[in-house]
Amino acid sequence: MSNHAQMWTGGRSALRPRTVAIAGSILGLLAFWCAIPPFTVRSPFVPIFIGVLAIAAGLWAVTRGTRRAGWGAIASGVIGIGLGLLATRSSSANLQVVFASDLIAQVFVFATPLTFGALGGMVSERSGVVNVGLEGMMLMGAFWGVFGADKGGNWTVGILAALLAGGFFALLHAVWSIHLRANQIVSGMAINFLALGVTGYAFEQVYGNENIPAGVSTVPNVAIPGIDHMKYLGPAIGDLNLLIWVGIAFVPLSYVILFKTPIGLRVRACGEHPRAADTVGINVYAVRYAAVITSGMLAALGGAFLSIGYGGGSFTENMTEGRGFIALAAMIFGNWRPFGAWGAALLFGFSTALAFRLPVYSGSAATLFQALPYVLTLIAVAGVIGRSTPPAADGQPYVKQ
Amino acid sequence: MSAPELENAPADSDEEVPAGFAASIGVAQRAGGLVVPVLTAVLAFLAGGIVVAVTGHNPWTAYKGIFDGAGFNWLFHIPWDTNTIHLSAFNLSQTLLITTTLILTGLAVAFPFRCGLFNIGGQGQYLVGLVVANWVGVSLAGWPTLPHVLLGIVAAAFAGAAWAGIAGFLKATTGAHEVITTIMLNWIAIWGAQYLFGQGGPLQNTQNPAAPESGTITGSAHIPVFWGSSVLQGLDYGFFIALAALVVFHFVLNRTTLGYEVRAVGFNADAAAYSGINVRNKYIQAMAIAGAFAGLAGALDMLGYLFQFGVLDVQASQIGFLGIAVALLGRNTAPGVGIAAFLFAGLLYGTTRGLNPNVFDPGLAGNLTSMIQGLIVLFVGADIFILYLWNARRKLRVQKRAEAEAAA
Repeated sequence: MSNHAQMWTGGRSALRPRTVAIAGSILGLLAFWCAIPPFTVRSPFVPIFIGVLAIAAGLWAVTRGTRRAGWGAIASGVIGIGLGLLATRSSSANLQVVFASDLIAQVFVFATPLTFGALGGMVSERSGVVNVGLEGMMLMGAFWGVFGADKGGNWTVGILAALLAGGFFALLHAVWSIHLRANQIVSGMAINFLALGVTGYAFEQVYGNENIPAGVSTVPNVAIPGIDHMKYLGPAIGDLNLLIWVGIAFVPLSYVILFKTPIGLRVRACGEHPRAADTVGINVYAVRYAAVITSGMLAALGGAFLSIGYGGGSFTENMTEGRGFIALAAMIFGNWRPFGAWGAALLFGFSTALAFRLPVYSGSAATLFQALPYVLTLIAVAGVIGRSTPPAADGQPYVKQ
Repeated sequence: MSAPELENAPADSDEEVPAGFAASIGVAQRAGGLVVPVLTAVLAFLAGGIVVAVTGHNPWTAYKGIFDGAGFNWLFHIPWDTNTIHLSAFNLSQTLLITTTLILTGLAVAFPFRCGLFNIGGQGQYLVGLVVANWVGVSLAGWPTLPHVLLGIVAAAFAGAAWAGIAGFLKATTGAHEVITTIMLNWIAIWGAQYLFGQGGPLQNTQNPAAPESGTITGSAHIPVFWGSSVLQGLDYGFFIALAALVVFHFVLNRTTLGYEVRAVGFNADAAAYSGINVRNKYIQAMAIAGAFAGLAGALDMLGYLFQFGVLDVQASQIGFLGIAVALLGRNTAPGVGIAAFLFAGLLYGTTRGLNPNVFDPGLAGNLTSMIQGLIVLFVGADIFILYLWNARRKLRVQKRAEAEAAA
């Protein structure tokens, strides 16, 4: 549903509809943000005023043809007003509990496995292989990560083991979907079941009786000098896990590789039109193998974060608990783009982090809140707010002529 | 239930017999469609056995333990060994209880598959049926048994149909991929059920507000038991409803216009649309029927033997996902689904509650089930490759013929 009108209106003037719409979306966030700590505006008119501005900006953009971003701004304004009003009406003490500044740190904690998984899924699907096995690859990373860190004595060994394990299962998925041309969804689901069985069995076999010993080497936190003792920034980003920063760094990195380098062009060509890619001499099979294996390794890093990153050297059966599927949702919600996927991962991470604190208001509502990422994704794929469009050849096996 | 029944299964395609390796396997498949699924299962169990052996356990005793745990030894019992009879009969009745569920969750995957749709949402549809059946079972106290049970079953089936219908509707109207939408609907159902049964939720147990679990359905909503004791979770009449569903599935798919159209869309949606079939409608109908099967599974479980469900049960439940393996192993036919459901039910019960912990560690055995399940799905995936190649050859030949005619 992209609209070509945006190319014609405004040109290079400062008031391009797209810019206004993005500003409107940010205003919508602000409408909510002003009502929570550290600002904690108590008057209901402030969020309403800012939210109305956001809606107006969105409407202006929509009338000038920028529908997708415009409706985004309108939605952001409406949600901002709603949440802002709720915040002004709730007690200040409760707000302090829910929106303490370590909420941001927690958002990153919840978003990081999703970021790795979503980026992994994106790499695979951009090359034309659907990967619903993310969950399983993540789970493999989680177990073999802690296994490697325990037996190897060092978290780097754990990361290496996680990469190997995730890569191995991804290779399996690649052979099945590229070489055997099996149904990629069947093969992906098989990976999920298999990973559940393999990690659970290995965990019972190795650690069944005495659990994982305490003091397993884990991925360290990065204390940023100067920031770690600051008032608001300190608890938020001053002392985050190394893997969180790696995940954040991978977002621009994958953007550059995928959209600004010949390698990325090749990957995308294989996902959009493999026949054309083959015609100009790209080895479609090799590109897809590489992309799927990279995908598995990225997902495994997300899993390793759960066990030896934030998890502090622990593992439980089915530890990922559907995070691979939320990562898949984040990738779709982000329209198969790195920054989009990251934004979705942060949004989903935020909703999970919030759900963990909402019980001060209502325990049952907090549970329901966990379903939000899935509802949003359902709305996104249904095309209510801008259609999500997968790569054209996503899921189609390629047959060389 | 053996080869003759399977031979009646509809052949996947019909054309002259081509030569070659893939084709010869294909012929073997069509000769009852039995070779590949059996090979798949044997291979998966073999691989599982190797894992058991490599990790220092005896695969023979492990599989014997699972076999006995599933109650399959009842079929070969010695008449005067009353001790074994009691335990194995109980185990077998439990296996059949799970078979009931797996038949229906398997059909929920198989029916849309024949329409070219992959329904991963069996788990969510099952939970929706479970919740609705619980609601009906708890709230209408004082009704006579027959209408109460019937209402619970019908309401749950409709709820499951509506839930899956969302995915069908989105597929038909916006083209949203059903795999994505059903995965999302699964998780919405999982969290929704946890909300409903959880503390402060609308369907939470009113007797014990501290416990995060549903209310217990009244006695009038219980489906009567016909084998075993009703106190000890005997086998209820729901088993026959599942068997009837198999017959209905077979009949609808092979003997009705709807089934013909569904299969036509499954073979080639474009050709079906060209011949005047409303493809969008078929997508919605196929998903709704699938959801009805899964919702029915939830109702039979709730009214048959569960009677109540907790938040932890929601998190642990995997039975809907197992339906995928059942349908794929059963090659999406009624007899196949029936046999595969029985096999997986035995595996599931035999590796968990039925298993004697002194014979083989249930912690390991439960995961062995997941592993075998994964391997079976994986190998079935490779089997689809053979069919695919076969069809691709045919397409290629048709294409070449068309090109030759165009050139002439």
